[in-house]
Amino acid sequence: METSPARDLEFEGPAIPVRRRNRVKLLALREDIPRSVYLLAGTGFIAAVLVAWSIATYGGYISDLFLPTPTAIIDEGVRQYERGILVQDARASIYRIVVGWFIATLCAVPIGVLMGNFKLIEGLLEPFIDLVRYMPVVALVPLTILWAGIGDEQKFLILFIGTFFQEVLLIMDNVKTVPHDLIRVGYTLGLSRFEILRDIILPASLPGVWDTFRITLGWTWTYLVVAELVAARDGLGRRIMEAQRYLATEQIIFGIIFIGFLGLVTDYFFKITGTYLFKWTKER
Amino acid sequence: MEQSKVAVRRLSHWFGTPRSGLMVLDDVSLSLAQNEFVSVVGTSGCGKSTLLNIIAGLIDPVAGDVLVDGSPVTGPGRDRGVVFQTYTLFPWMPVRKNVEFALKKSGFTKKEKQTLVAHYIETVGLKGFENAYPNQLSGGMRQRVAIARALVYNPAVLLMDEPFGALDAQTRGMMQELLLRVWEEHRITVMFITHDVDEAIFMSDRVLVMTARPGQIKQEFAVDLSRPRRYEIMTSPEFVALKHAIVETIREETLKSMALVNGAMLPGEGG
Repeated sequence: METSPARDLEFEGPAIPVRRRNRVKLLALREDIPRSVYLLAGTGFIAAVLVAWSIATYGGYISDLFLPTPTAIIDEGVRQYERGILVQDARASIYRIVVGWFIATLCAVPIGVLMGNFKLIEGLLEPFIDLVRYMPVVALVPLTILWAGIGDEQKFLILFIGTFFQEVLLIMDNVKTVPHDLIRVGYTLGLSRFEILRDIILPASLPGVWDTFRITLGWTWTYLVVAELVAARDGLGRRIMEAQRYLATEQIIFGIIFIGFLGLVTDYFFKITGTYLFKWTKER
Repeated sequence: MEQSKVAVRRLSHWFGTPRSGLMVLDDVSLSLAQNEFVSVVGTSGCGKSTLLNIIAGLIDPVAGDVLVDGSPVTGPGRDRGVVFQTYTLFPWMPVRKNVEFALKKSGFTKKEKQTLVAHYIETVGLKGFENAYPNQLSGGMRQRVAIARALVYNPAVLLMDEPFGALDAQTRGMMQELLLRVWEEHRITVMFITHDVDEAIFMSDRVLVMTARPGQIKQEFAVDLSRPRRYEIMTSPEFVALKHAIVETIREETLKSMALVNGAMLPGEGG
């Protein structure tokens, strides 16, 4: 058969086509934007907040009592560090966070896995968990003191209650996202239910579970102040509550920012280890 | 008459209760001979996937039974390999581990397993990709690994549920030829679910057409085209005539299921 070149496509014009100048559309729906613009936007926003803060405080528009200057906050941080309070507080709080979160996770993973796989266990526990997770954790403080005393155990208990009842439902959902056909493959290969659970469902749900760890550890951080509300001698949350009594605003704000910073560090720890551990989830 | 490899006897199935539920299969009987390649085609929702899942032992039928080599199926088993339409590779394992996973329950030594795995990876043309992860493979390559995984433990029957349904037309053509080549080499009984009539005729010894829901076997077409087959066969007069007949049969059912009984409204499309 004879083929002919596509003559219609030939046209007169310059040898090198003139490059069209396409506008960068920054607000196109769900389209990517240049990475530099993306990063600039994020840092720029924080810078803008700092500038506005500086103008308001150094300019004398807002009283120190309501909002101290950035310098005062930094000075407060340096002061706490030099007096050794900061490290002591951070150590006490991180210890409570890690233990509280760890106990919650140790319970949430097996229970969540069982709930995600067995309808009976889901039906058994979900109504109860739903009930508890809407209870305000702050209101449980008196009860936890009654039950667990005023030592670290009471802090663990508060952090546990704040974390576990949310985490267990997330773990259940993580397990449920494993495609049913993967489970069917397990059956056709002659695996028992236990083997399917161990060798297919668990590894398949691990990336989601890891992300749940990241999110729930963030929540544990947010419950720190509640946990150290009563009867704590040290801790970052305790320091904030104490500052409230003396209207030491710079101490409050420093504490809040420092907790936020530590939370961010743990968040990035899980994010980075997650992308490293679960390269296989990325479609390319 | 010799005993059939797979026999489906008076199979009926409902989702939900018989009174209020949805009847998907209505008294289906069929049989596959040893090493026969049989396709099942039908309109979407006619119950063909349910039929396959019942034979695989993944669904317990409401009535009737399935026999493999004369003994009734009570659940999934290693005498039947299954390839699904969705990508079912384990994404956290490289290709080699994915195939080897199927040998977990076999009594082979490590060495024997490695030999078998290497052989089947080569059979599906993926030599050199043993250490690739599924996310690095195209859809066609993933299904080839799935085929290798379903064959490596040497099941007597291979059940395939629209395995190439998610692939583009070019890749699908290549996969059909590949599967035929593997089948000629390993000779195994295959039940192949598809809605692609070309695919069904090209691959099979027999094509079963199902009615609209509740599914029954409406008609059976023997495919007397010589083997080994190459894609050129798809334009031969015998092929085209057979396709015409099968398409007509399916169309009747589609129209029925759309409650458009007045066929004159839609002119026939021919081959």
